[in-house]
Amino acid sequence: MTTVEEVPYSPIASSRLGEWAARNGPVLGVFAALFVLWEIAVGALHIPNYILPSPLVIADKIVVSWQLLLLNAFVTLQEILFGFALSVIIAIPLAIAVVYSRIFERVAFPFMVSLQTIPKVALAPILVIWLGYGIMPKVMVAFLISFFPIVINSVIGMRSAEREMIYLVQSMGASELTTFLKIRLPKALPSIFGGLKVGIGQAVVGATVGEFIAAENGLGYLQLISQVRLDTPLLFAAVVVLSLLGVLLFNTVAWIERLALPWSRLATEVAE
Amino acid sequence: MKQQASSGGPENSSCAGVPIRLRGVTKRYRAARGGEVHALSEIDLSIEAGEFVSIVGPSGCGKSTLLMLVSGLIPPTAGAIEVDARAVKGAIANVAVVFQRDVLLDWRTVLANVLLPVEIKKLDSASHRRKARELLRSVGLGEFEEKYPAELSGGMRQRVAICRALVQDPGLLLMDEPFGALDALTREQMNLDLQRMWLRDRNTVLFITHSIEEAVLLSDRVVVMSSRPGSVADIVRNDLPRPRGAHTRSEPRFLEHVERIRGHFLALGVLSET
Repeated sequence: MTTVEEVPYSPIASSRLGEWAARNGPVLGVFAALFVLWEIAVGALHIPNYILPSPLVIADKIVVSWQLLLLNAFVTLQEILFGFALSVIIAIPLAIAVVYSRIFERVAFPFMVSLQTIPKVALAPILVIWLGYGIMPKVMVAFLISFFPIVINSVIGMRSAEREMIYLVQSMGASELTTFLKIRLPKALPSIFGGLKVGIGQAVVGATVGEFIAAENGLGYLQLISQVRLDTPLLFAAVVVLSLLGVLLFNTVAWIERLALPWSRLATEVAE
Repeated sequence: MKQQASSGGPENSSCAGVPIRLRGVTKRYRAARGGEVHALSEIDLSIEAGEFVSIVGPSGCGKSTLLMLVSGLIPPTAGAIEVDARAVKGAIANVAVVFQRDVLLDWRTVLANVLLPVEIKKLDSASHRRKARELLRSVGLGEFEEKYPAELSGGMRQRVAICRALVQDPGLLLMDEPFGALDALTREQMNLDLQRMWLRDRNTVLFITHSIEEAVLLSDRVVVMSSRPGSVADIVRNDLPRPRGAHTRSEPRFLEHVERIRGHFLALGVLSET
């Protein structure tokens, strides 16, 4: 058997560390330069700490108040995770219903899409009235705001299987359940993970905004208190921790995606 | 629905193709914006067991519809279809389909893709795994078993798709422009590969193509279809000896067949010389 023309693409292979440095080096460099510039400018222009603390002052604040920050971060993390989990648990079955049921497709889905235009954070004060000062209103805001990207991406993903692909397995005598499990769901996974990655970021926003409205602890609450006390370094410290939380959560989802879909990364790498 | 006895495994099934009969097959679709599309009109066609039949015709003449009807995935508006002397009602068991798009599953390795029908039809796993490996080796993809489709070229992917069809030992192989997306050289090679596999297995093949030369090269008979509503305009029998190859393309009888079919397209106005 001769193959005339084909040379297989070989997957990109190189040292992981080198690749990481090459990819992230420029970005890290820009950040480092920015911080140095910031540090020098604050010193040279005698900007007071309550207006703009220097990076070193913020770092010092984080070290000194790490317990306070950690305690509040834990509260916010809980709200984010509960809200996000609720989103996933409701959004994915709902997406399946939209793909398989005409009623859901014709009525529920357009209804949801139009609901999406409501700014979810604007609902936060109402949720406080309904659900009180505890963790629930923040969980609900995090849920509401992270829900839509997940459901919409899941629906798009489950609809993305080509018609021929469905015909193919039907010609093999596959049941609807088999078609879903072997074709539609795996085909949808990259898109679903896209939605999850947007959703987890949104959940962080939702939980924080929820805490702005009414809370007794959490990083958003800590920011409010710092603002009232003009403790700007602590305010910045909370921002840093919040960002780290967001990055950590996003990368966790991305990491699970890479583990679950090794073929997906391969497809994009070769496409590049 | 599973009519095919899968007893004995793939080794001793010397894979006899199954006969097909179409009598007065007509298909009308309801169009998206009201009205009806008359896709196929009164098709009569008998295909013998183990015969290789191509269908050529202008775009939109219902070639693909005909294929879907034979596979049982859609019902005809009127007429009767028999595969292996049994009326087709719903998806039939011993048929395999190959499309122009390879529709490999990106998340499965090459070998797992070939084994998809084995999983879905719940056939014996060990013997078919052996058969799948053999098939992949026979098309030069033995070393690619554990690769993902994204790592293969278009021609290699379509070969995998054909292996996936053949692993089921289908009595009937339905191919809808399987090589339409490939470059000319790859296409020629694939024609020879397909001929070799068909000479070995002798399944009944219903092969749709836009290429007149390809149809004549591969087929026992070429069915020429007219524009919508599609009907049979002519059937050209080709008795040239096999295996056919590059040398066949210059034989006078080959050229005669090609000319005759091209003549139909000129008469139908699908081809125009002015």
